[in-house]
Amino acid sequence: MDVAALREQFPILSRTVGEYPLVYLDSANTSQKPTAVIDAIAAHYRDHNANVARAMHMLGAEATEAFEGARAKVATFIGASRPEEIIFTKNASEALNLAANSLGAALRPGDEVVISVMEHHSNIVPWQLACERSGATLRWFDVTADGRLDLEKAASERLINERTRIVSLTWVSNVLGTRNPVADIARQAHAVGARMVVDASQAVPHQATDVAAIGADIVAFTAHKMCGPTGIGVLWGDYDLLASLPPFLGGGEMIEIVEMERSTYAAPPHLFEAGTPPIAQAIGLGAAIDFLSGIGMDKIEAHEHAITEYALAKLTAIDGFTLLGPAEAVERGSAISFNIDGVHPHDVMQILDSRGVAIRGGHHCARPLHKRLGHQSSTRASAYLYTTPGEIDALADALVFTRDYFAPKFG
Amino acid sequence: MNVDELYQTIILDHYREKHHSGLRDPFDAEVHHVNPSCGDELTLRVHLTNGTVGDVSYEAEGCSISQASTSIMTDLVIGTSPEHTLELHDEFLEVMQSKGELTPDEDRFEDAIAFAGVAKFPARVKCALLGWSAVRDAIFQAQVKEQK
Repeated sequence: MDVAALREQFPILSRTVGEYPLVYLDSANTSQKPTAVIDAIAAHYRDHNANVARAMHMLGAEATEAFEGARAKVATFIGASRPEEIIFTKNASEALNLAANSLGAALRPGDEVVISVMEHHSNIVPWQLACERSGATLRWFDVTADGRLDLEKAASERLINERTRIVSLTWVSNVLGTRNPVADIARQAHAVGARMVVDASQAVPHQATDVAAIGADIVAFTAHKMCGPTGIGVLWGDYDLLASLPPFLGGGEMIEIVEMERSTYAAPPHLFEAGTPPIAQAIGLGAAIDFLSGIGMDKIEAHEHAITEYALAKLTAIDGFTLLGPAEAVERGSAISFNIDGVHPHDVMQILDSRGVAIRGGHHCARPLHKRLGHQSSTRASAYLYTTPGEIDALADALVFTRDYFAPKFG
Repeated sequence: MNVDELYQTIILDHYREKHHSGLRDPFDAEVHHVNPSCGDELTLRVHLTNGTVGDVSYEAEGCSISQASTSIMTDLVIGTSPEHTLELHDEFLEVMQSKGELTPDEDRFEDAIAFAGVAKFPARVKCALLGWSAVRDAIFQAQVKEQK
């Protein structure tokens, strides 16, 4: 993979911050966009813009074809058996809320929903709400000291049992980078008759994905972390399951016949796509998938693995550096969260920004995980297909500078 | 943007050695304020005695800007009147929201003049205001309690 040539397709990466070149290490937050994606969105608005499905003119047909074509691209990209299994939402959060509402509609008092302490708030709060509505009980996997899912503890407390109805788990942690054994957990869930939901927001952008292989019932992810635009997320669901679920949002497009007393509904995927969908965004996502597929997800994964291995070695050698999450690049994504002794992440972020290095500081929408690990917040560097070893060096240098700036004991 | 403008020596000094830190008794009101975007958290107590702010004590976790601002705020308000504290709050807020146009009056704000530079970093204004918003809230609560 020729990273230098690849970077030329991302105009934003040539920006500078004062005298420093931009070092963008915040891709777990949102990825940058290649020219192909930017152009596809512009071309849609310039030449083909119309509403989909209901506009019966030439432009309407073009827009509909491009929109449904994007759905088919997503289906192929993640190994779905048919395009109708792909639901477009506004983001991964909405996809998870859809799951918690429609799948969660069958929850009753005494039922249990299982999540983990390493979830993003978007895979915690919707299930808290579903449990509050239904009287079901929310339970969760703990993590081990090195940031892996604590499977032994889960087994000893019979976390997944005959009362479990839904297990919802992140595939790759947005903080720790940990890649969870979701296929194994899905088997455990199915063995007790529970449904398996996977938050794949930090996985699909970085590795080849086959929804059949992970054995989940529902998978959620978002376009903007995989070179696509903001404003569109994806929910994949097994078709028969989707067809059996009640709708989530009501409105145009999701109906069959509307009477004043009651309505009948369209079949999936339209059942779950009320209102005008994110059309240009779907087309942008389709272009992003073409772009990623053109490079090859296996090559992207191998590149990120090498970068992660390099970064872990380089960063953990810094005096005063504390890593959150696995220290070895095994079953691990490229997000690296850490703290620098005596410096708050907000200050780390500020000093790094002044040297052109863009990272994220805070609790990364995972406050329970930070609390569990005894950290109030952390700083996170996250790489993607365009990240170079030189950028990791710039990060390491800037971190040493930051440490010395705030903590005179190191100066 | 030069970060040295943000991180004045006074700010770093207060960050390393916070004044009036720790929660103390007695107190009339206790508030808990957070900055959800970065996770800064502050528990702050106010004790009113004979029409003055007798004590402001706090426990805080957060960035240098929020920590130093809270520390300097306690220096400025302890021993003064609640009305003076609320006036200072309003003036400080105005300076922080001025995008660097206004500078605090040195006689009244002492070490807090170091925060003039923070106003040029909009993302950090919330950090500088955390302690001030908490003390304002706590004084109002203490006053309501006094009137009962």
